[in-house]
Amino acid sequence: MSNFRLRKRARREIHLGDLVFSYFLRALSFGLALLLAVIGFFLFRGAFASISRYGWSFVTESVWDPVQEVFGSAPVLYGTLVSSLIAVSIAAPLSVAIALFLNEVVPPKIGKTIGFLVEMLAAIPSVVYGLWGIFVLAPWLRTRIEPILAQDLGWIPIFSGPYYGVGMLAAGLILSIMIIPTVFSISREIFKTIPTAQREAALALGATRWEMMKISILGSSKSGIGGAIILGLGRALGETMAVTMVIGNRAEISASLLAPAQTMASVIANEYAEATSDIHLSALIEIGFLLFVVTFIINAFARLFILRETKS
Amino acid sequence: MSTKSILEVKNLHAGFGSTEVVKGVSLSAQYHTVTAIIGPSGCGKSTFIRCLNRLHEETSGAFANGQVWLENTDIYAKNVDPVSIRRKVGMVFQKPNAFPSMSIFDNVVAGLRLAGVKRHSILKEIVEQSLISAALWHEVKDKLNAPGTSLSGGQQQRLCIARALAVEPTVLLMDEPTSALDPISTAKIEELMTELRKKVTIIIVTHNMQQAARISDQTAFFLSGDLIEFGETSQVFTAPKMDQTERYITGRFG
Ligand SMILES: Nc1ncnc2c1ncn2[C@@H]1O[C@H](COP(=O)(O)OP(=O)(O)OP(=O)(O)O)[C@@H](O)[C@H]1O
Ligand SMILES: [Mg+2]
Repeated sequence: MSNFRLRKRARREIHLGDLVFSYFLRALSFGLALLLAVIGFFLFRGAFASISRYGWSFVTESVWDPVQEVFGSAPVLYGTLVSSLIAVSIAAPLSVAIALFLNEVVPPKIGKTIGFLVEMLAAIPSVVYGLWGIFVLAPWLRTRIEPILAQDLGWIPIFSGPYYGVGMLAAGLILSIMIIPTVFSISREIFKTIPTAQREAALALGATRWEMMKISILGSSKSGIGGAIILGLGRALGETMAVTMVIGNRAEISASLLAPAQTMASVIANEYAEATSDIHLSALIEIGFLLFVVTFIINAFARLFILRETKS
Repeated sequence: MSTKSILEVKNLHAGFGSTEVVKGVSLSAQYHTVTAIIGPSGCGKSTFIRCLNRLHEETSGAFANGQVWLENTDIYAKNVDPVSIRRKVGMVFQKPNAFPSMSIFDNVVAGLRLAGVKRHSILKEIVEQSLISAALWHEVKDKLNAPGTSLSGGQQQRLCIARALAVEPTVLLMDEPTSALDPISTAKIEELMTELRKKVTIIIVTHNMQQAARISDQTAFFLSGDLIEFGETSQVFTAPKMDQTERYITGRFG
């Protein structure tokens, strides 16, 4: 075979390989999108009995009584929202600060090592966090922290009433630890994309290290950090096991963070196995459907933010 | 060169980790002069110039020692805060590095805000002055609130010059400020420098021999971290004392 024909054949083979691979990838991504739609559809179908029976009152009513077949999910919506907000308001500043510190202040080697450890927090199974919550965090809160909160700040509604260790506060704290790796590693990735020239521009103008971070790093990664935080929020909303173990599981809306509460995920985990009536099952699936929709929207938003940041 | 020096470098050593990149350089610059630093790639020009505002030490693993006298202070003395030095010694980099999150206005006043200037009327005035000095005012005066990075490369570089000038530095360091620019922007910036020297002392690194010959009063030739020759620009280019200098400027090596 002549050299020319050999080369031509080789090119055709490479071309064919590329083509097959690209079709494979396309099929795969289409398949995944389809899977998402299918999951959504089945959840909707399962929830249909509950949706048609309770309508909007399902989300506005606050009594959840499977025995009487009364299902108002407001307490668990509230529980999910508040525990996640506690988590985000603690984890977001902390994660961004850690990311800044490790990326901008300490020598790169140390930064990498500690960063690795922080990211390892994500590898700990949820149930292990839950155990730690029950045996360490909750007792510590009950004996050390909550007495002080109740005594000195008890006049503020959020710290009023009896305390048990387990409850909204414990759930929020444990969630905050669990979402630190998410917010941290995305923030750090964004900081890494900022060129050295930007840092030097600020330093050369007489900025201190902290001022440099404000101008060159935080100043130009606002929406990316926003995205990282929303992504962390998305994780917190759906987190199940650890929360179920420390939140106390009482479906009531209480202003106090010391009181037990319940989240969407934890009510499903708690009741699914013992749901006997069809309508109870359907109500739980409707909660799952709501959770699915909300986290999907939140994640989509977050990715959009982050994409915009890393592109520019 | 009889007048007192504004900048005097004495036996400066600098490098990264265990490699020395600047090997005992001494030179000085008088008020309102332009000093060009030339030499082949990798010979330590950037490292040297970055020692003059103590930016070099911000790179991890970097070291520098020796004396750099800025007027009456040795900026490498123990009790000297590098931040205060950087307010007096401005810098323009090879690639324009305007802050992307800031408007043109905010870019220019970034250094002033760091120094604590808050009054809008003052800021406004300095923005106009600095942009005029950087020959950019007429092009941007109607869009001061547009992002700094919306300008062309050459305009952005002049914005960076304006930003450096706004804090009224006594010395301006320029590391190949025109190497990323087209000939017209380059000519503009060269023209600008002959104006700027009335206010500041300029140290400029350049790979462009003609540029060095056109704009500088004195020229320093570096080779592998050593200062080979340093003298009046006309002398260095027409009658170099050292063999290596001659070979370099005639393009026979490097
Ligand atoms: N961050 C760094 N870490 C380690 N070595 C470095 C670093 N920056 C530069 N060097 C080394 O120091 C030497 C001098 O570099 P420098 O940037 O000062 O050269 P230069 O004369 O400015 O070159 P050019 O004309 O290409 O800009 C080079 O050999 C380079 O490899
Ligand atoms: Mg250089």
